[in-house]
Amino acid sequence: MSTLTEPATGPHTGSRSADLITRLREQENRAALVGYLPVGYPTVDRSIEALKTLVDHGVDLIELGIPYTDPVLDGPVIQAAAQGALDAGARVRDVFRVVRELNDYAPHVPVLVMTYWNPVLKYGPDAFARDLAAAGGAGLITPDLIPDEGADWIEASERHGLDRVFLVAPSSTPERLRLTAGQSRGFVYAASLMGVTGVRNEVGSRAEQLVADTRAAGAPNVCVGLGVATGAQAAEVGRFADGVIVGSALVRPLLSDGPLPDDEWAVRLTNLAEVTEDLAAGVRSARASAPADTPAGAKTTSGEAL
Amino acid sequence: MSDVKLSDVSGPYFGQYGGRFVPEALIAALEELDTEFRKAADDPQFAAELQRLHREYTGRPSPLTEVPRFAAHAGGEQGGVRVFLKREDLNHTGSHKINNVLGQALLVKRMGKKRLIAETGAGQHGVATATAAALMDLECVIYMGEEDTRRQALNVARMRLLGAEVVPVKIGSRTLKDAINEALRDWVANVETTHYLLGTVTGPHPFPEMVRQFHRIIGEEAREQMLERTGRLPDVVAACVGGGSNALGIFNAFLDEKSVELRGFEAGGEGIESGRHAARFSGGALGVLHGARSYLLQDDDGQTLPSHSVSAGLDYPSVGPAHAWLHDLGRATYEPVTDDEAMEAFRLLCRTEGIIPAIESAHALAGALRIGQAAAAEGRTGPDGQPLLLLVNLSGRGDKDVATAARWFGLLDGADNVAAEELERQEGRG
Repeated sequence: MSTLTEPATGPHTGSRSADLITRLREQENRAALVGYLPVGYPTVDRSIEALKTLVDHGVDLIELGIPYTDPVLDGPVIQAAAQGALDAGARVRDVFRVVRELNDYAPHVPVLVMTYWNPVLKYGPDAFARDLAAAGGAGLITPDLIPDEGADWIEASERHGLDRVFLVAPSSTPERLRLTAGQSRGFVYAASLMGVTGVRNEVGSRAEQLVADTRAAGAPNVCVGLGVATGAQAAEVGRFADGVIVGSALVRPLLSDGPLPDDEWAVRLTNLAEVTEDLAAGVRSARASAPADTPAGAKTTSGEAL
Repeated sequence: MSDVKLSDVSGPYFGQYGGRFVPEALIAALEELDTEFRKAADDPQFAAELQRLHREYTGRPSPLTEVPRFAAHAGGEQGGVRVFLKREDLNHTGSHKINNVLGQALLVKRMGKKRLIAETGAGQHGVATATAAALMDLECVIYMGEEDTRRQALNVARMRLLGAEVVPVKIGSRTLKDAINEALRDWVANVETTHYLLGTVTGPHPFPEMVRQFHRIIGEEAREQMLERTGRLPDVVAACVGGGSNALGIFNAFLDEKSVELRGFEAGGEGIESGRHAARFSGGALGVLHGARSYLLQDDDGQTLPSHSVSAGLDYPSVGPAHAWLHDLGRATYEPVTDDEAMEAFRLLCRTEGIIPAIESAHALAGALRIGQAAAAEGRTGPDGQPLLLLVNLSGRGDKDVATAARWFGLLDGADNVAAEELERQEGRG
């Protein structure tokens, strides 16, 4: 695993996610698989099990969601999980514990926290950055904070050495792409389509152009999210993006109306592992010149985790 | 900011409040809206068309009504307090909401968009939006919390009569806040063809400034009417504050008149100590919701807390950023009025003046009673011992609230109580 902790080539950016993405691009000629799950769904302990399942089955980078009462950029699946987590008593501070445990479990996997802005504002942006850095977190993805409003966060993330992942959308103007590329650290999150998170039959046709435009605006790494649900879609996006971000398709196998007994929860984790492996195979098959067998390939661990 | 009049301060910030805390996907549309709004503001044709609609469609100017029998209960027994109501309740569709809706709908026509979406709580803004959509041949979708569609079934029918699609929102607390979330999600997905006709002075820039501009006519008319009627400006202006559009509309004309005291009344619900209220200034703290930084009801984690009020229109956990700014400047003061106080003022205006107010507006009336009674107790008067002049924005009419009031006061007895229960059931208020 030592080769995974340090990039063999390319400059050190000081950004864990950028270093990982660079290494995957240069050594494995593939996109990173970024997997989202919310903290605390269905409970904090079980969310840690689910996150470890993602890591075991081929996710390269974790996007850890903080459940929030008013998630305006999320569709029904993630809304339901966020509400379930809040109903089960999830707290913002749980995120630090989960980050710490994931770091202990898989130090090579950067963990970015995805959060709407108000929980961070309430915690205090600098205190939040300090505690996240201390827990070993890599940075934040902020769906409702644009760089124009992000002065406090930009300052805090600089001070504590954290990544800042801002979003761009197909509607972003060239000026805004330049601004966002310039203020992001780690990568830029490109929304594949105009809409909220959710499982869709097709990835937005504007995604490839948006990635090209965002690179042209100065972003070294551009990952694509919204609507990616299957290995085939991951392969399609992995052809042109530096990372493939998947959320609802990973949350969906875990959704239930009430608490699950252990054996049923184990089945959910098996389902989650299968979805993850399909996606992991997708990003590994995306580019024609990709090596047929990658050392950390998901298929090698298929079916072994449980 | 010292050389800019308070009444003309423009966004995106009001002091430290306001801004644009929304997904990047919406920024291009907000920029387009801002550009179109500023172009329209300089276009005499736009002003003329809006003025024509105000006059011929809405019925503006809305009257100013002096209410001496009501004033007698507000410390005015000896004529020491005179109370005037700005009658926004007499506008077409029954509230001040139409002012903003017509302005934005004209902008939508200029932008060439064909589809309107809006949120509504009590249904007043939804009805106004559906009305403008019918008038201007626009497709219209209204998001309304499932809980509110049940409580306000007649307004749902009204919107559907006008051709709007009403979508019950079944997530979260199923009230106004969640309706706004769902409208924002729709907007993110359809922003290229759709305008989000936000109904109050909150949300991302330019909404707080733009909605204030479309409502400033309330205060400008009232100012002229007060001068004409009494020969001077009012001493106190009172309004209810949910998001704060009617209050900002009437306050704006007086912001730069230092002699005029501005008083906002928010929903105290069952009392601040009960935790069941919508008093953002008494029980809230700095936060971000629905695109704007302002005062917000939230828990220690920054999760939005549910609000409560007998009045659906004041039942919102945040408040327009301009009000937060005026509060911090000390230019306006904001106090809670409980459900009980509001309902007493509601009944009093019915009995003394033959006017049934919206329960939202009844919060302002309760505030007026409080101000007038305090003035009488302190011997406070207007300048040179003249009567204290109190101007109240009567932002809406109470037709929609009759079932709530009937239940509140137990107005019907015996067999009639059964009839009241049946009425409530029919209106979905059971």
